[in-house]
Amino acid sequence: MAISKGRRLFKADVGFKMNTLSFVQQVKKKEIDIVEHISKTIDELKKINKAYHYFNIISEEGALAQARELRKNPKGKLAGIAVSVKDSICVKGIESTAGSRILKGYRPLFDATAVEQAKKEGAIIVGKTSQDEFGFGGFSVNVGLDYEIPNNPFDASRSCGGSSGGAAGITQKITIPHIAFGESTGGSIACPASFCGVFGLCPTYGRVSRYGLIDFGNSLDKIGTLGKTAEDAALLLNVISGYDKKDSTSLNVPVDDYLSYAGKSIKGMKIGVVKEAFGSALDKGVEKHVRQGISNLESEGARCEDVSLPLSVKYGIPTYYLIGTSEASTNLAKLCGMRYGISEKLEGNFNEYFSKVRSKHFGEEAKRRIILGTFARMVGYRDAFYLKALKVRTRITEEYQKAFRKYDALVSPTVPILPPKFSEIEKLSLLQTYMMDQLLVGPNLAGLPHLNVPVGFEKGLPVGMLLIGNHLQEGKLIQLGSKVEK
Amino acid sequence: MEIDKELLKHVANVARLKLTDSELNKFLPQLKEVMEAFSRLEDVDTSKTVSSIQPVALRNVMREDKPGKCLGQEDALSQTKLKENGYFKGPKIV
Repeated sequence: MAISKGRRLFKADVGFKMNTLSFVQQVKKKEIDIVEHISKTIDELKKINKAYHYFNIISEEGALAQARELRKNPKGKLAGIAVSVKDSICVKGIESTAGSRILKGYRPLFDATAVEQAKKEGAIIVGKTSQDEFGFGGFSVNVGLDYEIPNNPFDASRSCGGSSGGAAGITQKITIPHIAFGESTGGSIACPASFCGVFGLCPTYGRVSRYGLIDFGNSLDKIGTLGKTAEDAALLLNVISGYDKKDSTSLNVPVDDYLSYAGKSIKGMKIGVVKEAFGSALDKGVEKHVRQGISNLESEGARCEDVSLPLSVKYGIPTYYLIGTSEASTNLAKLCGMRYGISEKLEGNFNEYFSKVRSKHFGEEAKRRIILGTFARMVGYRDAFYLKALKVRTRITEEYQKAFRKYDALVSPTVPILPPKFSEIEKLSLLQTYMMDQLLVGPNLAGLPHLNVPVGFEKGLPVGMLLIGNHLQEGKLIQLGSKVEK
Repeated sequence: MEIDKELLKHVANVARLKLTDSELNKFLPQLKEVMEAFSRLEDVDTSKTVSSIQPVALRNVMREDKPGKCLGQEDALSQTKLKENGYFKGPKIV
């Protein structure tokens, strides 16, 4: 349905048929009343949120204020696009808690750099999406105390994946142009993207500033994007990438135009199919659709062949969890009931007070990971665990670098299973839940960009295929991902 | 390696966490299983490998030692109820 010139009102159902770039053009030409549109968007978000819990906060007043400001002078690459932000990414004036009760009441005095860049380009921030507490999980069931678990958009009795579950869920469910901010430490963009049937793009480590991201693991965290299409994910990445002097790990290299890669020919590109990802633990339905995705790439002229990555798949999980929890346990040491977030009555000495606040307001998985990370760094254990993991990380990264001397990209299933029921997750042991990340931790440890591409449905549930690129090769992922998308 | 209740309590104490008996009983077998599985890292030959603190090549960056704008006192104190006369209030040290 086209919007004729002179029509000021935007109907919610037009969103289905209008792509994001066309929408931005219409906003800039004032053919869409952006305030009316955002008002309708907020209504839609509230309705969805009642059933699905994708938002910890819907920022109605803030979004309408931004829309009124934009209406005066509509400009920017993201003009008028509703953008949701994972709760671990700071937005000025909006409660940002990383999904944890210990940060309840914290309203940042600043925007994360990535959010600031999006706002400058006309994005309308509509709210903070739900997640596993601090990113500690792969199913978004480890939400903080008092928080709601997000439900899968295709089956509310199933998981959205995690930890960016809310971001992926709303990206699938919403009917108007929208792009989400997500964050990945060990796979938390690609996994929920797979379970919710959307594109999830995690860039190279250091490509997007981490300033304003509430940390999980400093050497692992990356802000990324989720969209209904590869183009949407690329559009937001274009805007938020770049050097930031406020982040000492920010890469000072030029930003490519990722959007320009969408639709380019992939003829002659060489793709390595990760052999170890197709073992007996892989769900047959998932395998069927991923192999079809690979076949789609071949029909577009790419050459696919098996490649072996034995270290990454076999040792990625312990390496990731030892490094990730070690870094997290030091990062979370600052959360103690002082200066910001929740507090208690000042009783006892500082050890007693800090222990009281932390014990009362951290969720179970947060406590487990703090303990794991503290243990891994302790005298008598750190050589065998933390320091060993740092060396295995090097070996894993070298394994990927060797593969990229031959291949433009690597491919595997994103997650070995279909989105599980919550009742099935409850029966898993701790180790089994950690093992679900086994196809994702490798690229995250090596800081490699990766993209979840939806490749079909099995028993009504989405299946995702993972494309992995070498450092700063996000463009190739968009190029390949846009060709698989049919 | 042996992880027992006393070690778990000690680690939790170091991390400023006071676990309930129920948490101790739940976490102990979970962490034992996980650390046992993670110890298979010893199978990987890293005798000639350097550690990776970061996944990409990074240089340490420094800024000029010049004073600049920073967070004001009012803003700094705005996020907590635990404050008095322009100071953060905290638990007693001793």
